[in-house]
Amino acid sequence: MSTVTGADLERPASEPPTRRISLSRRIKDNVATVLVSLAFLIAVVPLVWVLVTVVSRGAPALFSADWWGTSLSGILPEEYEGGVYHAIYGTLIQALIATVIAVPIGILAAIYLVEYGRGALARTTSFMVDILAGVPSIVAALFVFAAFISILGAPQSAFMVSLALVLLMLPVVIRNTEEMLRLVPDRLRESAYALGIPKWKTILRIVLPTAFSGTVTGVMLAIARIMGETAPVLVLVGYSRAINYDPFQGNMASLPLLMYSELSNPEAAGQYRIWGAALTLIIIIMIFQVGASLLSRFSAIPK
Amino acid sequence: MAKRIDLKDVDIYYGAFHAVQNVNLTVIPRSVTAFIGPSGCGKSTVLRTLNRMHEEIAGARVEGEILLDGENIYDRGTDAVAVRRTIGMVFQMPNPFPTMSVRDNVVAGLKLQGVRDKKKLDEVCEASLRGANLWKEVKDRLDKPGGGLSGGQQQRLCIARAIAVQPDVLLMDEPCSALDPISTLAIEDLIADLKKEYTIVIVTHNMQQAARVSDQTGFFNLEATGKPGHLVEIDDTEKIFSNPTQQATEDYISGRFG
Amino acid sequence: MSERIEQRAPGSEGEEDPIVPSSSPVPESTPRRAPSSRRGESVFRFLASGSGVLVVAAIALIGLFLLIQAVPSLMANNANFFTSPEFSTGDANNLSFGIRDLFLVTVFSSVFALVLAMPVALGVALFLTNYAPKQLSRPFAYVVDLLAAVPSIIYGLWGILVLAPAIEPIARWLNTNLGWIFLFRTGNLPVLSGTIFTGGVVLAVMILPIITAVSREVFAQTPRFQIEAAKALGATRWEVIRMATLPYGRSGYIAGSMLGLGRALGETIAVLIVIRASTSPMTFSLFDGGYTFASLIASAASEFSQPLPTGAYISAGLVLFVLTFVVNALARVIAGGKVNG
Ligand SMILES: Nc1ncnc2c1ncn2[C@@H]1O[C@H](COP(=O)(O)OP(=O)(O)OP(=O)(O)O)[C@@H](O)[C@H]1O
Ligand SMILES: [Mg+2]
Repeated sequence: MSTVTGADLERPASEPPTRRISLSRRIKDNVATVLVSLAFLIAVVPLVWVLVTVVSRGAPALFSADWWGTSLSGILPEEYEGGVYHAIYGTLIQALIATVIAVPIGILAAIYLVEYGRGALARTTSFMVDILAGVPSIVAALFVFAAFISILGAPQSAFMVSLALVLLMLPVVIRNTEEMLRLVPDRLRESAYALGIPKWKTILRIVLPTAFSGTVTGVMLAIARIMGETAPVLVLVGYSRAINYDPFQGNMASLPLLMYSELSNPEAAGQYRIWGAALTLIIIIMIFQVGASLLSRFSAIPK
Repeated sequence: MAKRIDLKDVDIYYGAFHAVQNVNLTVIPRSVTAFIGPSGCGKSTVLRTLNRMHEEIAGARVEGEILLDGENIYDRGTDAVAVRRTIGMVFQMPNPFPTMSVRDNVVAGLKLQGVRDKKKLDEVCEASLRGANLWKEVKDRLDKPGGGLSGGQQQRLCIARAIAVQPDVLLMDEPCSALDPISTLAIEDLIADLKKEYTIVIVTHNMQQAARVSDQTGFFNLEATGKPGHLVEIDDTEKIFSNPTQQATEDYISGRFG
Repeated sequence: MSERIEQRAPGSEGEEDPIVPSSSPVPESTPRRAPSSRRGESVFRFLASGSGVLVVAAIALIGLFLLIQAVPSLMANNANFFTSPEFSTGDANNLSFGIRDLFLVTVFSSVFALVLAMPVALGVALFLTNYAPKQLSRPFAYVVDLLAAVPSIIYGLWGILVLAPAIEPIARWLNTNLGWIFLFRTGNLPVLSGTIFTGGVVLAVMILPIITAVSREVFAQTPRFQIEAAKALGATRWEVIRMATLPYGRSGYIAGSMLGLGRALGETIAVLIVIRASTSPMTFSLFDGGYTFASLIASAASEFSQPLPTGAYISAGLVLFVLTFVVNALARVIAGGKVNG
């Protein structure tokens, strides 16, 4: 057998110990590096641009005396007065109710997928979680409208908004909890079974607590995601310029709804309130985001 | 084209961990050098410094000089990519590109160098596969994905891929540890063939293999876990296996190793 | 409920369907176990499986209720639902609505957004996995993820008030110099801002983080042995990406892009704010205005009082639901096991 002849590339008489890579390859490599770094810069530009816009245009409103403590009740469109506490209340209470409903269901569904789910039903459930994650918020809102308001005859209210938000929150909570539960080592479960502790108690007492902070992180991210939702409030509740504490009846403001309704205010004060509300909303969302990422620092599961 | 490698006072680190200490040795051209030693003593680590694959691990660094025909491959002006172009490597686990065809796997390196001529590529492909003792088995399925071959065939495919670019040196890290005895013999035959043209360095756990294929053998050891590994001695294979200078080598080879 | 006692180790094979009670009672293996514990097990198991079923039911119910509400209006519709460009519901006794233009505007804006976002997301994902210094790659990824945290109404405001004037010169240049291509000819709006073009750019920014996140995750999973194989052949960084990262991550990147497309198709408020309404039909230009499915529904939301006109909008919502269902299901199929969520 003749051993390899290989590529009889022309070689200079005295070749250097290491062969150079060709210029065109080096150029390609450098061009790729430049393009890829450029892509990252392009991605950062809109983020900075949006944040700078919101902060610079929204800051004046936030420093006015009434902003955090009054509503817009009795304020004329052109007046630079009043505040948004009625909308902050609406945003928070709608998110709170949605969380109270979505979290237990989401955690239980995740437990089902990780601890009990086998076979076709589990596969279908997992598939549908992905589908639910992709359902547009306007469709979720329409569904609540069709099922509860049109067919069951419920009135428009903040509670209806919360129901739509539940649909949007569920997949986020389920996926995050699922991921956390899967990180819990089987060793922990097995040692509990070996002590004769029944499976459900093992899950409640050992598995869930181990995954707790990770789960809370997921819930906070889900809350941050739904608080800015505008489509459900447009469809499911009327806007009110005054405070309404009752989530089950009457119109109720929220920050997105306030921004949307001020869009039709032609006065300059409308812009002032829109950007003020935008900045307020971003601040509230950031509190949840940062809280979530701080928490996730502590959510590492002991190996 | 086969080249000589000299290691001078080489120390190898993974971050703060000192993995290998003070290695001095010479790899002779057109011969096979085997590294043996207990697990964790740094054989793979040393091998991977020879083509600068070591530095791909975060925090990893090398001190000392590694000379390829007298030129330090760790010189500032030397590009790691160019070094690897010159020094081929075969890994413990066969790692063909799973989605590429057998043919594309073999000529992947040539294509990187800009060889486009289809006739030339086909020639090299056949020559390399013959060289790797694989041609007969795959000549009818050159267009099938490389991931579809058996483990032993995949490993020979990887050898074909490595020799297709005509490297000056071929590094092999336990190339037979995932293979059955028959494929192992095929690869050992192949190594005996290849050393006519290449400089070969092979890491192996199989003492008989080292004795069968290599011309010189280096024995690595480590005093205790957590301590750096070091080269105990390197000498003609015959001498190492019949009459080593060091007691530790003797113990390891005769299986009296603690 | 079944009387069985759950003692198998996690991961072992169990019965196919856990909520169906087994017909043959399993003999009690531990007679001393308190009955309350067994009841606890079955109650807990019921709750967990019930929640799983609820998710499946939610999707089914969304489809069902939208359908129930849409059918009467579709029966009363005087126009062809699929081919008519008009959507007039003012007279409940003479409904005449079709989704042709809604579909076109939705698809044009979303696909344009995808065309803009895909290459950038690919670059960002490669940058984060293969180029950024190890210590910086996580914070950088977090920055890109923050793009997803900005509410869409804020993107809408920024899009129409800040971005639209800034990119209008680009639109004008395209219109003047490339106007012979149907995409860039003058559309059904008198102006060049607040068009599908503007909306597409805003949507691209909004879907960038999801495409990036999915691709980044898959690229990072490229097996080390494949990367080393390429490096050992003397591949440059870019060549390693071509030989190892991209072949491995391609399906994940495509799946991520499908998820992004799904987001764009259903985006409501940003599109409603950015893309102007137009009185004349869509002309297949990027400088057209009009409504997408989502923005039309939102624009009419305050008038949802009479059942028949409302049903017309719900039928549009049903089409949007089916569209996003298909796109998301495709994403999941393409991704195989590599992508979650
Ligand atoms: N990526 C790495 N990061 C940190 N330490 C490493 C890394 N790879 C190897 N080491 C350490 O370096 C030392 C030498 O490892 P190496 O893989 O070179 O041993 P080896 O002699 O090849 O062993 P084996 O025969 O088991 O393959 C070991 O202590 C190992 O734990
Ligand atoms: Mg090794």
